[in-house]
Amino acid sequence: MTTNKDLVTSQRLRQRQAKATFFKYFCIAVTGSAVLILGILLYQIISDGYRWVDWQFMTSYPSRFPEKAGILSAFVGTLWLVSLTALLAIPTGVLAAIYLEEYAPKNRWTQLIEVNIANLAGVPSIVFGILGLALFVRFMGLNRSVIAGAMTMSLLILPVIIIAAKEAIRAIPNSLRQAAFALGATRWQVVRAHVLPAALPGILTGIILALSRAIGETAPLIMIGALTYVAFLPESPMDEFTALPIQIFNWTARPQETFHELAAGGIIVLLGVLLLMNALAVYIRYRGSKS
Amino acid sequence: MTALSRKSIRWGESILERVFFLCAFLSVITTAVVIFILIRETLIFFESVSVTEFLFGTRWTPLLEPKSYGILPLVAGTALIVVGVALLALPIGVACAVFLSEYASARARSIIKPTLEILAGIPTVVYGFFALTFVTPLIRNFIPDTQVFNAASAAIVVGIMVLPMVASLCDDALRAVPQSLRHGAYSLGATSFEVTTRVVVPAGLSGIFAAFVLAVSRAIGETMAVTLAAGATPNLTLNPLESIQTMTAYIVQVSLGDTPAGSLTYQTLFAVATVLFATTLILNIFGTWIMRRFREVYE
Repeated sequence: MTTNKDLVTSQRLRQRQAKATFFKYFCIAVTGSAVLILGILLYQIISDGYRWVDWQFMTSYPSRFPEKAGILSAFVGTLWLVSLTALLAIPTGVLAAIYLEEYAPKNRWTQLIEVNIANLAGVPSIVFGILGLALFVRFMGLNRSVIAGAMTMSLLILPVIIIAAKEAIRAIPNSLRQAAFALGATRWQVVRAHVLPAALPGILTGIILALSRAIGETAPLIMIGALTYVAFLPESPMDEFTALPIQIFNWTARPQETFHELAAGGIIVLLGVLLLMNALAVYIRYRGSKS
Repeated sequence: MTALSRKSIRWGESILERVFFLCAFLSVITTAVVIFILIRETLIFFESVSVTEFLFGTRWTPLLEPKSYGILPLVAGTALIVVGVALLALPIGVACAVFLSEYASARARSIIKPTLEILAGIPTVVYGFFALTFVTPLIRNFIPDTQVFNAASAAIVVGIMVLPMVASLCDDALRAVPQSLRHGAYSLGATSFEVTTRVVVPAGLSGIFAAFVLAVSRAIGETMAVTLAAGATPNLTLNPLESIQTMTAYIVQVSLGDTPAGSLTYQTLFAVATVLFATTLILNIFGTWIMRRFREVYE
């Protein structure tokens, strides 16, 4: 026999369960909207810009006339910038990570460095731009050169590389090191022959993600004065340059619709490059996890 | 091995160690140089403009006559962008995190997580383009009075931009709550809603709060989207439909022009950057401190 009290309880239970179901679908809907936003963003860009991306677009210099404009100098500038940045930042970052994980004594200095790297990773990119402007462009007299841009970018992505490489190195089991030490290897021999090869997939993934950040960064380059109109290709690290994000910014900032479509075309190329790099990182991670 | 070559190996080892140390120490040098440059130029700036005028002045017109150097309009502009994070990124990010950690199957996770990573990896200049060509026309569709450059549009895309970071940090925080707590609550007859809102979220609250602080710091330092979408009008307003200027957008505006080193305008760059750097640094330190200090440690 059901009493009045039981009825009330079951009604309350039903309410609570309805609330739970509603909440679940609410969370699903909200998460779905985040995915939807990505969809809208990509659709918007591709539908705006796909008509412009062709061979002529890739091989022309920027121009006042939209139909003649292209991204050659921006694309080549980005290649220069990323190569030099990689050259500077990868060795420094990986060696720093090796020091912190394999050599550093547990003391105040090490802690200072660790905390400092974590904080640098959170400094707004435009502040690195200010540093580049004051230190490389003005004080060291490098002007608006590719090398000044690459040095600025290197400092910006160093914390990212160090943190990723540290994690990869930390994941290597200690037994590996102990076995090598037991056979009489020195610390460097242990690192070079055992730790680094084992940590390589993780380190490479981190490096690729850091470099894709360097490809997309705009603000520091504007700070150090990367030009918006460049109708030549840099031939040495001391030459002036422009880069893809700068070109996109420049086209987006113009009022005319047509230049917005050019910007969308530039974005398609930029996102294409980033997507390729990400796919490479995923592939390396996948292969690394298999072995 | 002879004694000599063993010695030379040790010698090489200690040189290597020193080289590695220098690489790691470079980060400390970077910070020191940043702080040195910012403080030096800011001090020179304060020889011409008083600290009180800079911090409490309500007009920012360093590029126009009569010149005025009160940073409050830039701070107000930046604050409007932060509102977008509070209204958009925080609720959606937490809801995403709840879905990911409490409801999602492994398959759903394997779709949502990479999607969020892609959103996080899109360059900020692309978000600026999106704000200008999609979000702004959308807002003007509903509220025709809205200016072409407006704070709302920039705030919305900055909210979208930091959403993945909030979602992923909150997800970490919620997943760190041990399963036994959930099981305990379920066994007492709680529904999934009650378990989430009364057990899991309170237990992960410090992580959620830390995520929020770090997201605000990201929004303050965000540059390209606000430069493109929010305009270049230092404006002491709380109306998100007006054109404003953030601290970062001002820095970009000045660097796009040709400003001679040593001029007062050049020094304003550093004064504004000092405020920007100090604010984000304090927020970052505060955020990581909360994460460490209040993390519940479960046995």
